[in-house]
Amino acid sequence: MSGHDSKYFSTTKKGEIPELKEELNSQYKDKRKDAVKKVIAAMTVGKDVSSLFTDVVNCMQTENLELKKLVYLYLINYAKSQPDLAILAVNTFVKDSQDPNPLIRALAVRTMGCIRVDKITEYLCDPLQRCLKDDDPYVRKTAAICVAKLYDINAELVEDRGFLEALKDLISDNNPMVVANAVAALAEIQDSSVRPIFEITSHTLSKLLTALNECTEWGQVFILDSLSRYKAADAREAENIVERVTPRLQHANCAVVLSAVKIILLQMELITSTDVVRNLCKKMAPPLVTLLSAEPEIQYVALRNINLIVQKRPTILAHEIKVFFCKYNDPIYVKMEKLEIMIKLASDRNIDQVLLEFKEYATEVDVDFVRKAVRAIGRCAIKLERAAERCISVLLELIKIKVNYVVQEAIIVIKDIFRRYPNTYESIIATLCESLDTLDEPEAKASMIWIIGEYAERIDNADELLESFLETFPEEPALVQLQLLTATVKLFLKKPTEGPQQMIQAVLNNATVETDNPDLRDRAYIYWRLLSTDPEAAKDVVLAEKPVISDDSNQLDSSLLDELLANISTLSSVYHKPPESFVSRVKAAPRADDEEFADTAETGYSESPSQGVDGASPSSSVGTSSNVPVKQPATASPPAPAAMPDLLGDLMGMDNAIVPVDEPATPSGPPLPVLLPSTTGQGLQISAQLTRRDGQIYYDISFENGTQGVLDGFMIQFNKNSFGLAAGEALQVPPLQPGASTRTLLLMVPFQNISPGAPTSLLQVAVKNNQQPVWYFNDKIPLHVFFGEDGKMERAGFLEGWKSLPDDHEFTKEFPSSVISSIDATVERLAASNVFFIAKRKNANLDVLYLSAKMPRGIPFLIEITAAVGVPGVKCAVKTPNKEMVPVFFEAMEALTK
Amino acid sequence: MAGAVSALFLLDIKGRVLVWRDYRGDVSALQAERFFTKLLDKEGDAEVHSPVVYDDAGVTYMFIQHNNVFLLTAARQNCNAASILLFLHRVVDVFKHYFEELEEESLRDNFVVVYELLDEMMDFGYPQYTEAKILSEFIKTDAYRMEVSQRPPMAVTNAVSWRSEGIRYKKNEVFLDVVESVNILVNSNGQIVRSDVVGALKMRTYLSGMPECKLGLNDRVLLEAQGRATKGKAIDLDDIKFHQCVRLARFENDRTISFIPPDGSFDLMTYRLSTQVKPLIWVEAQIEKHSRSRIELMVKARSQFKERSTATNVEIEVPVPSDATNPNIRTSMGSAAYAPERDAMVWKVKSFPGGKEYMCRAEFSLPSITAEEGAPEKKAPIRVKFEIPYFTVSGIQVRYLKIIEKSGYQALPWVRYITMAGEYELRLI
Repeated sequence: MSGHDSKYFSTTKKGEIPELKEELNSQYKDKRKDAVKKVIAAMTVGKDVSSLFTDVVNCMQTENLELKKLVYLYLINYAKSQPDLAILAVNTFVKDSQDPNPLIRALAVRTMGCIRVDKITEYLCDPLQRCLKDDDPYVRKTAAICVAKLYDINAELVEDRGFLEALKDLISDNNPMVVANAVAALAEIQDSSVRPIFEITSHTLSKLLTALNECTEWGQVFILDSLSRYKAADAREAENIVERVTPRLQHANCAVVLSAVKIILLQMELITSTDVVRNLCKKMAPPLVTLLSAEPEIQYVALRNINLIVQKRPTILAHEIKVFFCKYNDPIYVKMEKLEIMIKLASDRNIDQVLLEFKEYATEVDVDFVRKAVRAIGRCAIKLERAAERCISVLLELIKIKVNYVVQEAIIVIKDIFRRYPNTYESIIATLCESLDTLDEPEAKASMIWIIGEYAERIDNADELLESFLETFPEEPALVQLQLLTATVKLFLKKPTEGPQQMIQAVLNNATVETDNPDLRDRAYIYWRLLSTDPEAAKDVVLAEKPVISDDSNQLDSSLLDELLANISTLSSVYHKPPESFVSRVKAAPRADDEEFADTAETGYSESPSQGVDGASPSSSVGTSSNVPVKQPATASPPAPAAMPDLLGDLMGMDNAIVPVDEPATPSGPPLPVLLPSTTGQGLQISAQLTRRDGQIYYDISFENGTQGVLDGFMIQFNKNSFGLAAGEALQVPPLQPGASTRTLLLMVPFQNISPGAPTSLLQVAVKNNQQPVWYFNDKIPLHVFFGEDGKMERAGFLEGWKSLPDDHEFTKEFPSSVISSIDATVERLAASNVFFIAKRKNANLDVLYLSAKMPRGIPFLIEITAAVGVPGVKCAVKTPNKEMVPVFFEAMEALTK
Repeated sequence: MAGAVSALFLLDIKGRVLVWRDYRGDVSALQAERFFTKLLDKEGDAEVHSPVVYDDAGVTYMFIQHNNVFLLTAARQNCNAASILLFLHRVVDVFKHYFEELEEESLRDNFVVVYELLDEMMDFGYPQYTEAKILSEFIKTDAYRMEVSQRPPMAVTNAVSWRSEGIRYKKNEVFLDVVESVNILVNSNGQIVRSDVVGALKMRTYLSGMPECKLGLNDRVLLEAQGRATKGKAIDLDDIKFHQCVRLARFENDRTISFIPPDGSFDLMTYRLSTQVKPLIWVEAQIEKHSRSRIELMVKARSQFKERSTATNVEIEVPVPSDATNPNIRTSMGSAAYAPERDAMVWKVKSFPGGKEYMCRAEFSLPSITAEEGAPEKKAPIRVKFEIPYFTVSGIQVRYLKIIEKSGYQALPWVRYITMAGEYELRLI
């Protein structure tokens, strides 16, 4: 079925673009199609054919599916560089999304989602809405993924248009492939949002488990991976899940198997019956072993994961060590991983066979592998006390082969063995000394010198041996110098004769006067002083008993291990690092086209500010500020709420300074804003305000009893709100005598019961007591109570963050009534609310401040404030990955700058 | 937990981009190309490097190689590495189905289809669909046949995603090959370090309609569950892996292997047996190295299976030093030759009946001067290849293969058994 497309790559030398232009506008269909192919060929080899945009788009309206696909492909590549022209394609897209042919409907919606141009995004909504409810499952499964695409471009739009709900509905779709894609899309959206969007309930759970049996292998992976975040309620449910997932272990697709293993391991944590657990371990072993017959790349991933699994559950593969023996043709990266697992599985029972293998590997050709094999022998010696002697004899055999790097590696591990089993194997020192002259690697040298120093009293010619090293002292690397210094001191303390005395003089001189290395010099001086003041004390220090080292082959700590196990089969499990250490949520790289076609920069696509703090103002570019009106939601500029006192910022600052941190429950300080006036409260007046102290959020609330009787039994409740703030403890208010008042701090906890929709600062509070009806009143949540004490950024971090966030994440707002009377006071006041000052600069008569703040869950705010001192009107610009917080953020900033 | 790749690249042997598909718009081809060519330069050989690499700029690259083409993904998320790497292998399979061979030339010759396939197989960086046979129903290489199918085949989204409806054959036939590969590793002291058997049931189906198939094996678990007196030998299979067409939940329940097969050839199931087997062909080699003059080899090969079976195409590869010259070889059966490109002597015996022993003697000259302290010689093992038809190590038997289709045709299965050498290595002293 081979094609002959390569002819399209051949170019006519001059005037290629005009020629193509002409062909694209040809009246003949075939010619046009050939021309589009030539354009795509040019695009493929990296030529800039964006100037043909209009001509190519003109070919879009065609019955020919192949041609249509090519034009769409072109659009994906160049729409971003021609955003204004891209709008030309919208009509055809919308039309195609209603084509009778499902292939074309799906193609249209799939392609539109890939065109990351804001103007197009808006037009995508209606077709997407239709396609999510399309009769054809092929279209629905494409639309499901498209929601994730849209969310990536404009999360707000997705939520506003109710696509999340539509997506959730698709979990109940009767087609398994649609379910799988909906799950993948929801899981991705969840990963980039702080709010709970995709929560698996027991109801969805059963739907997913059903779809699992019927969807494609890739779909099964999506579903299994999303199930890994489900926490079963109890052991019974866990067993149930495991039972449904276990058949997947028989799937030919290794990814399905690994993801199934992940679920089983996670649920096993909850299962209490030891029989069931043992049985599951037995069931998992054969599939894990079979993974080693897969393609080498898959084997590699499997081995990295097995490494984790055997750390958690060593029994699973305890009897399978042989399958990890290296094959001659294994790629080196597979061999290395197998070796690591062999060490982990080595036991008294199998050590003889393992040692034979290691010995075999130690005579192979790949130097790194050989070294690792030698090291493996040492690690086994340290791990298995009873096998130590056998390990050492293998090492000695290897030393006798006299291959240089084997000898050096062996000496390094023997030093560790000496540390682990002191005063046990010194008899071999003589053999080691034979190889002294061949050592040329610092670590091996240092190890040998350590051995000589440590056992100086048993080596007759220790002084001669050390002396031979001393001649080259100044040229040695630091590692060796340090070891030489210590070893010489040890020698002197053990054999305080004339020879060592001279040596120590020479070494101390070398290590103090002649060196530039502060570590070496400091150590030398310490020894010097010790030796000159109290040699006995020196003995106690230098020859002190050393703590015994232990085996490090189970090195991951258990919390990290658990996190990695929850990520089995993913990159995280390959790197043995938690996902956040290598995944950046923000998009950092510029579009390929921008880079490749930098020479055509006239298109007007400049990147986000490159200078930042010291250079031009990050928000000063015309391009970015023009975005603002579009993005700014209507709710962003309400009049300042009456309840907010002007002093707020000051109060916060003072509170922090006055209130002792260990007694947060005894509040004092300036009056609180009245939220329930006594006229409304039938004599009861409530004033309250959210505040942050000592890293916690409190509701500072006071009650004033203006009634004639005693009020008691106060209780408080908060309605669902955007930040899920709820009382973290019961309200403690003593019975209030008539005319009395009390004030208390109520601990608040965020992210409990979060109300959906765009965040607002509204906090609805209900208070009741035994004597009166329930009182309702509204409060505002000042966003800054969430700002963490750790929100201070370094300049570099700020710049980096500012650059890495795309321009459409930048927002500005004017606070016309705010005045900055003194920069220092403002900075101090903001700092009290955990908005930290980073830098400032002058721009004509304007002062520009750069600040940072951080919400929980790592959401940073990069802030720029521009104002003229003493003149009303403050301009605030902010960049943050979480756009939906911006309106609330401005509200808080306005209050803080008043 | 979710994760998708950002782009998929097809690169030439030097790491230059041939074709790429940008799925998420957050990586650049230039960056990827720069990174990968540097990696290749540094390593000289891609084999050395693990297939998952991080570039410090927040991008993870995963790659495989096929002929002179690299398939590379770039990802910014914590994606499922096993799934993506396996997906790349499937992409290779699909391309091979389309272009016979995947190489630089075939990609250039078919770049339009390549783009179409990349668009269909992956969406937004999530693997979607990799059934080559079904894909070729709606994505064609031949432009003139484009008008034929204008709809996605039902199979793309069906529960049965591997078979289209409406397939017709005049003669309904199924060929079932039971292929067992023996993997063995023998230490230099003659001790068997590891041995296992990997079996595969390879099927070729030429069946009309949507046939419902049921396969019966002499699986001990099943036979005992059914309380049947085991007439012949029942066997224990360690780990069974099924093609996605097999209903796994059903198998888990009652060990029944039931499925609607794809059309054409596929691996219905693979299994593994870790019980130690006696090496079918035993090879001993005595090597005498008279340094700086010559080396003498004496190789004995013995077949350790029943006399009624015969191994065919036996090939025994014995490593010799890379600087050996002037081979002088005699064999008691078959022919042997020096293969300098493999640094080995290769001894071939066309037909090797059970219970026989053959010999091969060889002498090579060695140069009289050697490097002072050269790196140790690469210690390759003896490697053996063979096939034994009509024989399985495991004793697995296909008891029945029932095919039921609503049109009620009769279809006869043809079953063949064969055992062959997999990774069959005997280490030298």
